[in-house]
Amino acid sequence: MADAGTGPKPSSSVKLVLLGEAAVGKSSLVLRFVNNDFQENKEPTIGAAFLTQKCNLPTRTIKFEIWDTAGQERFASLAPMYYRNAQAALVVYDLTKPTSLIKAKHWVAELQRQASPGIVIALVGNKLDLTNGGSGSEGEDAGGDVENDARKVSTEEAKTYAEEEGLLFFETSAKTGYNVSEVFTAIANAIPETSLKTARGPGAAHAAARTEEQRVNLNGARDPNAKEGCAC
Amino acid sequence: MAQGTDAQNNNHNDTITNNVALSPSPSPPPPPLPPRRKPSFGEGHLQVAFQSKPTTAVSSIDISTLSFPDGSRGTFQTSSAKSGSSPLASGYATPRRESLGDLNDSMSVMSFAPTMGGARGDLASLVAGELNKKSRAWNLLRSQSETVPPFDSMRLGASEDLTGFEREFDSIPENTTDDVRLAVWQSKMKHYLILSSAGKPIYSRHGDLSLINSSMGVVQTIISFYQEAKNPLLGFTAGKARFVIATEGPLYFVAISKLGESDAQLRSQLDALYMQILSTLTLPTLKNIFVHRPSTDLRKPLEGTESLLSSLADSFTKGSPSALLGALECLKLRKSQRHSINNIFLKSRAEKLLYGLIVAGGKLVSVIRPRKHSLHPSDLQLIFNMLFASGSVKAGGGESWIPLCLPAFNNRGYLYMYVSFFDRDDSDLGTDNSTANKTTPSIPEEGTPDQYPPVPESSNSSSTTATSAPHNPDEEIAIILISPDKESFFSLKEMRDKLATQLTKTGCLSLIRAAAREGRPKISAICSGAPQVQISHFLYKSRANVQFCMSSLEPFISSSSSSERGPEKASSSSPSSNDSESSSVSVPRRRLMTLYHQLHAAMHAKHNHLKVMHSSEKDAASLAWITPVFEFYCVAGPNVSRQAVTQGASRVIQWAKREEERLFIIGGGVF
Repeated sequence: MADAGTGPKPSSSVKLVLLGEAAVGKSSLVLRFVNNDFQENKEPTIGAAFLTQKCNLPTRTIKFEIWDTAGQERFASLAPMYYRNAQAALVVYDLTKPTSLIKAKHWVAELQRQASPGIVIALVGNKLDLTNGGSGSEGEDAGGDVENDARKVSTEEAKTYAEEEGLLFFETSAKTGYNVSEVFTAIANAIPETSLKTARGPGAAHAAARTEEQRVNLNGARDPNAKEGCAC
Repeated sequence: MAQGTDAQNNNHNDTITNNVALSPSPSPPPPPLPPRRKPSFGEGHLQVAFQSKPTTAVSSIDISTLSFPDGSRGTFQTSSAKSGSSPLASGYATPRRESLGDLNDSMSVMSFAPTMGGARGDLASLVAGELNKKSRAWNLLRSQSETVPPFDSMRLGASEDLTGFEREFDSIPENTTDDVRLAVWQSKMKHYLILSSAGKPIYSRHGDLSLINSSMGVVQTIISFYQEAKNPLLGFTAGKARFVIATEGPLYFVAISKLGESDAQLRSQLDALYMQILSTLTLPTLKNIFVHRPSTDLRKPLEGTESLLSSLADSFTKGSPSALLGALECLKLRKSQRHSINNIFLKSRAEKLLYGLIVAGGKLVSVIRPRKHSLHPSDLQLIFNMLFASGSVKAGGGESWIPLCLPAFNNRGYLYMYVSFFDRDDSDLGTDNSTANKTTPSIPEEGTPDQYPPVPESSNSSSTTATSAPHNPDEEIAIILISPDKESFFSLKEMRDKLATQLTKTGCLSLIRAAAREGRPKISAICSGAPQVQISHFLYKSRANVQFCMSSLEPFISSSSSSERGPEKASSSSPSSNDSESSSVSVPRRRLMTLYHQLHAAMHAKHNHLKVMHSSEKDAASLAWITPVFEFYCVAGPNVSRQAVTQGASRVIQWAKREEERLFIIGGGVF
């Protein structure tokens, strides 16, 4: 129904990888984006999870093929497998934990050095709900006490860094959903038209295109739900 | 147990000598015998035949004590004149012969039992004597007493050793004093500690490491003291707790249990934890870490796997038949159905595939493998634990690509595992739920980002519909594809899609779903047409296939955690609590498992070549039977006669033989 309605709008796949220290909320961001769901105390990802979600822009449809990687150090050596040929990357840090920003900077450097040259990178500070700087959680904002504010990384610091490196920058809360879809929409918009045409490379996009038809059938139950979550 | 076993041993001897002429023993001619009261077993036919006589005579019982569900007791005089037996307080009147009590070699007698008939021995005739038939009191009361389910009396009275088991898995409170926290920690019935030989703590099931650092230190001191004496400490008992220690290279594993498992059983549990660590790191990596820096803190490299270790540990604490028997459970399917699933599986095989598995709720549905490699149960235990017991993989949704080492297959390197769960009822037209799903309107996806609901309330309501459709973990179906090639994700994904299409198209998926929904067989169904079957639960292990089946656990799962499906269940259980059996702590289930552990330990004790064992205790009667073909364990109510138990056992075993190709995967798909 949705697809039919959009008519001949061009659709393309974008391979996106999430990187960042363990427990910063990578999986939670994806879960919020794909299923519009949130799980407290989610257990750590093992290896990597592969998910897809469509994002509709006025002129085209972007189908994100998302690699949600585990943040633990021992999986770091597998990362190149996931960011190779990726057109977009979400580098996530926990804005209540300064070391996670340092790790994020390492990932950005590695991506700039080794990933595809045109890769769109977004730096995302997650867990905004733990600060009183204002997310979606109005109730807590009223308190406004300094001790309630778990923020350890200032917006300015991260933003300045993101501007220097030419990254998109967002502060999000996977828990409340604040700013999550905006991140993905911004990435979708930032991906150059040309890259969409050429990047249908041998990797993810190709294989996914081949199996596209079966996938839709098989996930009949999940897809409607997933779409429900995505309002972008 | 000890007493129960004793009593049972004697029982058993009675029966054997009753029914069977023992084969001559090869031992040298015996010394001259005292006239009576000191029989020994070296004497061959004559003596044995002689011995059997009093047995039969004794079997009439003069007094039977019977306990009723309400705790009251009745004593009844019987017509028998001979008084050679002393009733146990169990309610099961057990004759005890002093003469046999003298035998210090009674175990070896027992080993005669089923060897006679081999695997095909008639259990009932071996074990069930005429004992109870002769007791009129017994017959009078049988009609009421046999309906007492196992462990019922325990539930009424003071449950001695499982007090507080309900709180076993609660985490230790954080906001109290250390003393309180330590007391809570000490009240746990089971602990697993892992530390490095340098004394660095690595893992503890309960309590954060700061709380128990000193305990770790003590443990390390004790172990290394013996280590230096070249006489490694294997285990010791302190109060009610049994400590078992396993040393694996640079790691010490300690199990502390108040649940009464045997050392061997605890050791195999520790071994499973070690395998989990190897599965994360591989053996060479583990060795390297400690060769270069013996004082390494292994917590960092293992980061994120604590939940896997804990869910493994908790499955042992709850009592895992799979771990106990070292066997796998399969989903019961018709042979032809399994065959066609195997064929579809083989047909869609990707080139890079090493192993392919279809698993429904922790039960194997189908497996395909190369001809020269089979899958080891301990490896599958790790996989099933990861996928079904811990929420790590399932919770995220989507498809997973997981590097892991299967230590029994090859502990030196990683394999790569593709995992995809079937969504509940997706494209499964055979069920009500799917039609319900079809009617839900598809959501337009061309909304703009502005329409995205930023308010949690509305988003939550939509998310519940997305994730918590009535949902029983036992019915979750996963496809697992394992390859040695880390780049093969997309080819395996393609294979999965092909396979899923075919399974759906051919209706196999609905078959699997239906079988999973049906759950484990119920005894009443197995023995339909035989109303006298009194067994409450059984385990049957096919030794050749390294697989087991068991009857439904329903009577042993407290009502709150019953495996009934329904929205209220789904909503009450948190998403991370998974296995319906394990989601809440069930004391009756643990009692059952404790009994099985005791039976298993008695049957597998070293130098103890038991083949059949009937045990009658105050809260339950049980029977174990081992042949080269199978291991069988069952439990019945405390007042069920030995004869009834054995009859039931025979029926179940016959059933298992008849249904063998449905209950077990024999061979699997081979390529």
